[in-house]
Amino acid sequence: MNPGFGIYVHWPFCLSKCPYCDFNSHVAGTIDADRWRRALVAELGWFAARTSGRTVTSVFFGGGTPSLMPPVIVAALLDEIAGRWPLAGNLEVTLEANPSSVEADRFQSLRAAGINRLSLGIQALEDGALRFLGRRHDLGEALAALDLAGRTFPRTSFDLIYARPGQTPQSWRAELERALTLAGEHLSLYQLTIEPGTAFAPAHARGDFILPDEDAAAEMFEITAEVTAAAGLPAYEISNHARPGAACRHNLTYWRGGDYLGIGPGAHGRLGAERIRQHRAPESWLTMAEKDGHGTRARESLSGEDRARELVMTGLRLSEGIDTETFVESCGRTPDSVIDPAGLARMVEGGFVESGPDRLRATKRGRALLNSVIATLLAD
Amino acid sequence: MPRFFEESMPTLDHIRNFAIIAHIDHGKSTLADRLIQRCGAIADRDMRDQILDSMDIERERGITIKAQTVRLAYPAKDGRTYQLNLMDTPGHVDFAYEVSRSLAACEGSILVVDASQGVEAQTLANVYQALDAGHEIVPVLNKIDLPAAEPERVRQQIEDVIGLDASDAVMISAKSGIGIDDVLEALVTRLPAPVGDPDAPLQALLVDSWYDAYLGVVILVRVKNGILKRGQKVRMMASGAVYDVDSVGYFTPKLVKCDQLGPGEMGFMTAGIKAVADTNVGDTITEDRRPADTPLAGFKPSVPVVWCGLFPVDAADYEDLRESLAKLRLNDASFQYEPETSAALGFGFRCGFLGLLHLEIIQERLEREFNLDLITTAPSVVYNVTLTDGTVEALHNPADMPDPARIDHIEEPWIKATIMVPDEYLGAILQLCTERRGQQLDLTYAGNRAMAVYRLPLNEVVFDFYDRLKSVTRGYASFDYDMDAYAESDLVKVAILVNQEPVDALSFVVHRANAESRGRAICQRLKELIPRQMFQIAIQAAIGGRVVARETVSALRKDVLAKCYGGDITRKRKLLEKQKEGKKRMRQFGKVEIPQSAFLAALKMGDER
Repeated sequence: MNPGFGIYVHWPFCLSKCPYCDFNSHVAGTIDADRWRRALVAELGWFAARTSGRTVTSVFFGGGTPSLMPPVIVAALLDEIAGRWPLAGNLEVTLEANPSSVEADRFQSLRAAGINRLSLGIQALEDGALRFLGRRHDLGEALAALDLAGRTFPRTSFDLIYARPGQTPQSWRAELERALTLAGEHLSLYQLTIEPGTAFAPAHARGDFILPDEDAAAEMFEITAEVTAAAGLPAYEISNHARPGAACRHNLTYWRGGDYLGIGPGAHGRLGAERIRQHRAPESWLTMAEKDGHGTRARESLSGEDRARELVMTGLRLSEGIDTETFVESCGRTPDSVIDPAGLARMVEGGFVESGPDRLRATKRGRALLNSVIATLLAD
Repeated sequence: MPRFFEESMPTLDHIRNFAIIAHIDHGKSTLADRLIQRCGAIADRDMRDQILDSMDIERERGITIKAQTVRLAYPAKDGRTYQLNLMDTPGHVDFAYEVSRSLAACEGSILVVDASQGVEAQTLANVYQALDAGHEIVPVLNKIDLPAAEPERVRQQIEDVIGLDASDAVMISAKSGIGIDDVLEALVTRLPAPVGDPDAPLQALLVDSWYDAYLGVVILVRVKNGILKRGQKVRMMASGAVYDVDSVGYFTPKLVKCDQLGPGEMGFMTAGIKAVADTNVGDTITEDRRPADTPLAGFKPSVPVVWCGLFPVDAADYEDLRESLAKLRLNDASFQYEPETSAALGFGFRCGFLGLLHLEIIQERLEREFNLDLITTAPSVVYNVTLTDGTVEALHNPADMPDPARIDHIEEPWIKATIMVPDEYLGAILQLCTERRGQQLDLTYAGNRAMAVYRLPLNEVVFDFYDRLKSVTRGYASFDYDMDAYAESDLVKVAILVNQEPVDALSFVVHRANAESRGRAICQRLKELIPRQMFQIAIQAAIGGRVVARETVSALRKDVLAKCYGGDITRKRKLLEKQKEGKKRMRQFGKVEIPQSAFLAALKMGDER
C-alpha cells in the first residue's frame, strides 16, 4: 500500500484565539496578501526542487484559520503545486474553515480555486458551549454554513469537541446523534484536553471549570464509538470517523508513515529520515522565506529505530492498525525490531492488541488505552 | 614539691566530677557555656553557643549525642583552686546505657529545671539514673528572670514528684548569667570528692569514643584507680585487646595533652585504634603488665532494639550508601547493618539502632552529610521467636518471619514508660495507652500535672506513638521510657500483597487483635497511591494464607491523546521517551507496574499517622 505524499500549508492567522487551541495561530491586524503569496509560492518551489517527480496525493490547508486566506492565494498555491509535481488522479484538497457567515461567503471562490474537501470547525451544537469554547459563530450560523458547504464541495467534514464542562454521557449521546443527522461522509470528534500555554490552562488550574472525570470521559469515548458505528461512520482513527472510503487521505499519510511537506510558519514536514520544522513566528518566517526562498528553522535526522517507534505510535491509532509491508517500506525495519516481546505478549493476552504476520493492530479496548499500550510495547 | 607531682597527682580533695541533667530546652547547654566562660577556659572571642555540641545535628536539635568532658579550674571562695570536670552526657533514652556510663564517671549532678515549665518525664528518668549511680544532686532552677517563672511551685514539685530536698536549690538564669558563681560554689561545697588509690592496678572506665581524622579513635576515660600514662601498654578487659597508649590528656574544651591521668580524673587517651567498633562503652581499661583483678561493674555490650530497612531512592546510589554506612560506623559502633534485598525497593541495608531518635539521627546524617536520598521502611523491634523444635530466633525483619506452622510462640520487648501531661489531656493519654495494649502501673498527680506510668509493647511505640502522643496532647506531654523484659504475645505477621505477590517492604508484625484494622489501613492507603493501570490491581492484607482486608484499584479506562497529526509526532515521541524514563522507577508486580513513589508514600504516611 502506498502511504501517499502530502503537502500541508499553514495559514497562521485567526480573528481571535480560541482558549483551548495550542496550534500556531496569531491574531494580526492587516496582512500583506502579495508578500504572503510570493513567500508561500517560493517555499513550495524550494521544496519542489527537492522532491521533483513525486506524485502528490493530498494538499491540506490548516491553521490558524485558512478560510480567512484570500482565495487568490489558495488558487496561486494550487497552481504552483500543479505546475511543479505530478498530481494523483483523485487528488484530495482539504481546507479547514470556520462556519461564520463571513467565511461562508467565500466558499464558492474557494471551490473555484480547487478545494474539493471542506472541514468545518463547528465544535459544538449548543450556543452556551460555543461561547465557552470562545467561538465567534452561533449554532444558527454553523448550520447554515454546513448546509452551504454540503452544496458547494464534493466532500465535507466537521469537528466537535466533547467531554466539556457540565457535559454528561447522556447529553453527549444526544448531541452526537443530532450531529450524525447533519454529517456528510466524515466527522472528527475530539475530547477536550487542556494544553499548556492556552487560556484554558490557568483557568482550569484555578478551578474556574471542572472537566468530566475519567470514568465519564471514558464512557463518552465508548458512546462515540458505538453511535458513529451504528450510523455507518465508524472510527478509522482515535478521533476520526468516516463512511467506508471517505477517510481523510492526507491524515492517513501521516499515520501510515508517508512523506509530507510542511509549508508556512511553524509547519512540520518529514522526508524520509529527515524531520523539517519551519519558523513559528509569522514575521520571521516571512522575512526568511523572502530572503532565502524557504523558512526552515530546524532539521532533525531520525534514526531507523526512531522512525520505527514513531510509526508504531501513529500506526496503532488507526483501526486498520499497521500493515507490516507498508511499515517496512516506510522505515526499512519490521515492527518487531522495536517491540518488546514480553510486553507484546501481555498486551495480546490482555486483549489490547492483535498480532499476526502481516498486521499489528490495537483492539477497541487497546485504542482507548493507547498511551499505555504503546509504552508497554516500546519498553526497552 | 616537683611540678610533675603537683600537676598529675593532685590531692583528690581538689577534684569534683559532675554531670548536668535536664529536660530538653531547660538550659543545660547554656549553663555549661556559662560555667566554661566563668572559669576562663575559653576566651570570650572564641565563645559561641552550645560550645560542647560539635555536630550540626546536636546544635540544631538542641540535643547531645556524644559525651564530652571539660576540665575547669575554679578558684573557690575558700581560697583553693579546684579541678572541676564537667561531663556532658546525652539525655535521650536511646542512649540510656551511654548515659549510665557517663553518670558512673561522676560523683554528683546538677539537676536543671526550668522555673516555669517544671519537671518533665525526661528529667525524672535522668534523675533516677543519677540517684542509682549514687550521685549527690544539686537542684538548680533556671530562667528565674522570666515573667512566667514560678520558682516556689517548681521547688515544691521537685520535692513532691522526685522526692529531693529542694530547699537550697540554686536560683539562676544561665542566659543572663545570674547565679553562676552560686552553682560553682555549690559544686565545691556540696559534691563529694572522688576516691581512688594511685598505687593500685589501673582501672579506667571507657565512657565514650569517637573517630578523629588526625588522632584515630579518641577514648574518653575516667580513672578510678592507678595511673594512665603515655607509653603504657593497656588492655581492654571485656574485649581483651591490648594497645600502646600514644597520648593522654584532657579538654578545656580545647584538647590539651599531658603525661598522665590519675585517680578521680577525667580525660582522653589515644592508642592507634582504627575503629570505634573496637572500643566498647563501659569497658574497663587496665595495665597489661599489672592488670586489675576485676573490671568495674556494669559493662553491657550495646544491642540494637529498633531495626528498619534503608534503601537508596536511586538504585545507582547503593555503593555510596554502603560506603557512607561504613564511615558512620567508624564513629558510632552502636548501630549495625547488613545487606537486604527487597522486591519493592531493590538493594539496601537492614539497620539496627538503639532507638527511634538514634534511627532518625543516622538517617539524617546519611542524607545530609553524605547527600543520599533514602527510603526508610517501617521500624521493627526484635522478636524472640521460639520454634516448635525448641530453637529460638531473634527476628528483626518481618519479612524473615518463619512459617506460622513452625512457630511455637513469639516474645516481644516491653518498655516501662513515664508520661507527664497537664491533667486535661490525661483522658486522651490513657485511651492512647490502652489502644496500644498498655498496662497501667501508676498514676499520680502533682499540681495540675499528672504522671502516668505504663508497661507498653515497644512495637506499639515504634509505630507512630510519638506523633499520636503529640497530637492528642497538643505537644504538652513529655515521654520517657526504660527497656523492660520480653513477654509472650499473640503476634502475627501481616503480609501486604499486590496482585497476589507479597510486597516485602510493607509487611509488619502486629498483635492479632489489631491485624485486620492495620492491614486495612495500609490497603486503603495503597489504593489511593497506586495510579490506575491497564489491569485491575488487587491489594490484600493476609495473615498466613488468610486474607483479612482487600481493596481494588479498578482498571484504567481511557488513556490516549485526542490529536496526533504531522506536527505532533515529534512532541508525542518525546512524551513517550519521558514515560520510558519513568518506567525505570517502576516495580513489576505480576502484570502491573507500580511506581516506587507509591511505596515510598505508603511508608511515609505510616510515619505521619
